[in-house]
Amino acid sequence: MEILSLLAGGVLTALEPLNLMLIIAGVSVGLFIGAMPGLGSVNGVAILLPITFLVPPGSAIIFLAAIYYGAMYGGAISSVTLGIPGASTAVATTFDGRPLALQGRASLALVTAALASFVGGSVANILFTLFAPVLATLALSFGPPEIFALMLLAFATFVGLGGDDIPKTVFSICLGLVLASVGFDTISGEPRLVLFDIPGFLRGIGFIVLAIGVYGIGEMLWTIEQTRGEVTTTNPRMTARGMMNDTREAVQRGWKGTTIGSFLGFFVGILPAAGATPGSLMSYGVAKMVSRRPELFGRGNPDGVAAPEAANNSASTGAMLPMLTLGIPGSPTTAILLGGMVIWGLVPGPRLFVDQPDFVWGLIGSFYISNFAAVLINLAFIPLFVWMLRMPFTILAPMIFVLSIVGGYAASRSIHDLWLIVIFGISAFFLRKFDYPLAPAVLAIVLGPIAEPTLRQSLLLSSGDPSIFFTRPISAPIMVFAIVLILLPAVKLFRRRKTETAAAE
Amino acid sequence: MIITKRTFIGAAAAAMLAALPISASAQGWEPRRPIDFVIMAGPGGGADQIARFIQSVAEKNDMTSRPLVPNNKGGGSGAEALLALKDARDKDHTLLVTLNSFFTTPLRQEGLGVDVQEFTPIAMMGVDPFVLWVHADSGITTFEQFVEEAKAMDGEFVMGGTGKGQEDSIVIAYLAGAYGLTLKYIPYDGGGAVAKDLAGKQIMATVNNPAEAKGFYESGDFVPLLAFSDERMESFPDVPTLKEKGHDFSYYNQRAIVGAPGMSEEAAEYYRTLFAQVYDSPEWQGYLESESLSPMPMNAEETRAYWDTQLQNHRDLLQQVDG
Repeated sequence: MEILSLLAGGVLTALEPLNLMLIIAGVSVGLFIGAMPGLGSVNGVAILLPITFLVPPGSAIIFLAAIYYGAMYGGAISSVTLGIPGASTAVATTFDGRPLALQGRASLALVTAALASFVGGSVANILFTLFAPVLATLALSFGPPEIFALMLLAFATFVGLGGDDIPKTVFSICLGLVLASVGFDTISGEPRLVLFDIPGFLRGIGFIVLAIGVYGIGEMLWTIEQTRGEVTTTNPRMTARGMMNDTREAVQRGWKGTTIGSFLGFFVGILPAAGATPGSLMSYGVAKMVSRRPELFGRGNPDGVAAPEAANNSASTGAMLPMLTLGIPGSPTTAILLGGMVIWGLVPGPRLFVDQPDFVWGLIGSFYISNFAAVLINLAFIPLFVWMLRMPFTILAPMIFVLSIVGGYAASRSIHDLWLIVIFGISAFFLRKFDYPLAPAVLAIVLGPIAEPTLRQSLLLSSGDPSIFFTRPISAPIMVFAIVLILLPAVKLFRRRKTETAAAE
Repeated sequence: MIITKRTFIGAAAAAMLAALPISASAQGWEPRRPIDFVIMAGPGGGADQIARFIQSVAEKNDMTSRPLVPNNKGGGSGAEALLALKDARDKDHTLLVTLNSFFTTPLRQEGLGVDVQEFTPIAMMGVDPFVLWVHADSGITTFEQFVEEAKAMDGEFVMGGTGKGQEDSIVIAYLAGAYGLTLKYIPYDGGGAVAKDLAGKQIMATVNNPAEAKGFYESGDFVPLLAFSDERMESFPDVPTLKEKGHDFSYYNQRAIVGAPGMSEEAAEYYRTLFAQVYDSPEWQGYLESESLSPMPMNAEETRAYWDTQLQNHRDLLQQVDG
């Protein structure tokens, strides 16, 4: 019960007036930063790092962690209302959140997102509190072969993501993988696929650039073309009773996705190198895969909103685990937090829990409080966000365009990325006209940069022998499972073709 | 909420500063807009941590009238950052925080057309030595044992480090050459990932900077065997250097501030004064000690001469890496 008393102490620390104020401020700022397309928790935490010198380190990290938390909640807002992912972690939220909004159910989507985030955050907090040291050891046992196997599994869950047209899905994945390999190859130390020798490609193609192009610009063009500008958006009603009903419906139709997202997200989050974005995409894939009616996904299924939202919150807490216990960041944002800890004079690493218990438990306590603060603030703002949707599309469309461009620029401060956003947006529009699913391409650009180096590192370890994936105790079962999943739809497709030909004869 | 308040206080403070002409360099050149503080690595890495630490020291002590704005340009192993400096439009407001890709990237990617000698030396904030680490569970406690073990395993001894042509691969290639070792080298994205896989025993040894391995060293998981510094390191007095073992080789990561090519002399002087202040601050001195960086103060001419030797050394070393 030692943990409980430590936790109680931590919660009390987090409730001190200064800390509580910082939590509320941090969550609000985070909510806004997360909702702003392009800007995510990384930018928020990096920008606000210097102002934390005004307060003691314990309070400083509580503030930054609150921003991180708030941003995970906020990302869903623009994903749902505008169809532009507010942050990279909220891309999967657009898959079902946007269709719901177009059906006039934006408030349902937002309530689902808020509740799923809350549950995800809570589950992660509890797992973190109880099992931090054990989980840290588990994270260390994931070497390159294990991580590659996990990535393959993520791809496998997505093969069935795109309207069941497998060849087109595979094409989309390949497209994403090619885009992911642009830039610099660390393993050989050589620049690679620097298209037309434009220096901007040296950095590679940012995932957020593709996501804003596809979902911001592409979606806008699509809506204009479909409706010839006459969209009258749905007239969303916003009453206390309506919100109660939405809450009930969110629980009924989103609990499955929430459960999957909460646990899977946390697990992916604690693996260094992965982070919240792969976690939320994988949870979406798994939720769809295990669903009895997968065809509902992508058309406005609350489960499809709940899974990624629960996962991104859960993963962001998870990503703190290797940071605090091992001194190794699990996501880009925790990397900045880690830098902050060094600036404040703390040594992140295996000794932190022992040497600085007040700091660590204060932070963990603040996770719980931040989570409460975030869900309350978020729910309070939902009517405002829904009200925004009442604007006529003729006003909303230019706004989406401006937000896409501003957000795309803010993330990297490079004009090169803006051109890419426009090009991706237009290409996405045409690909969509030909019924190519685009989500798999987005998945591939996130997971490709993790899958490729780990595949090559594994093969270097084994001197080129692929059996390394099947002889290690953790990677072997994951690998086998992934391969079965990949082959399953292929077998189905083959069978269907066979019966079709049989029927034709 | 807090932002508006902060901005307000900041604006008020700035207004007061503008009204009172009592700044350190009252007559000299002063930055007129925020300073682009380009970092040769992505967010979170060692170079990024140092840049943000420097920024925080300047910010905390109000050393600049305009802020240093960190700008991560790690693409192409720092090529992106070098090009950003070379093509900087506002040369007086563009600075770079370096690591050794400052030398290796222009050598490996000649197409960039970057000549680092055209850049403006500002300040050498310290150099980061390399240390050879193994996991405590390996049972290896001395460098001689390491050599023996690596030889015995005949090509199956696995070392991890940063990408090919980068610092770690250079140090390891030298070591392998000097002792006739055949090693299996696994490249990673950054020092953090390398340390994690040594802690998880996916690899057998690394040449991390002390800062990257510090947490695991203190917990007793990592054992230092050999330092690649000129003298024994203060923080590891019992660890021998490669020089003591009879090989004339030392290797450091350069943590320097560099100005854009063609920066005006007045601006360069302003920044030299600024970073000298940062260097002398108790915060930076404390950082040097806690992160085991070695001081290596030098002026502009000495820096250029140092770059010359480093470029020459790296040209030879990279040939060994490419073998």
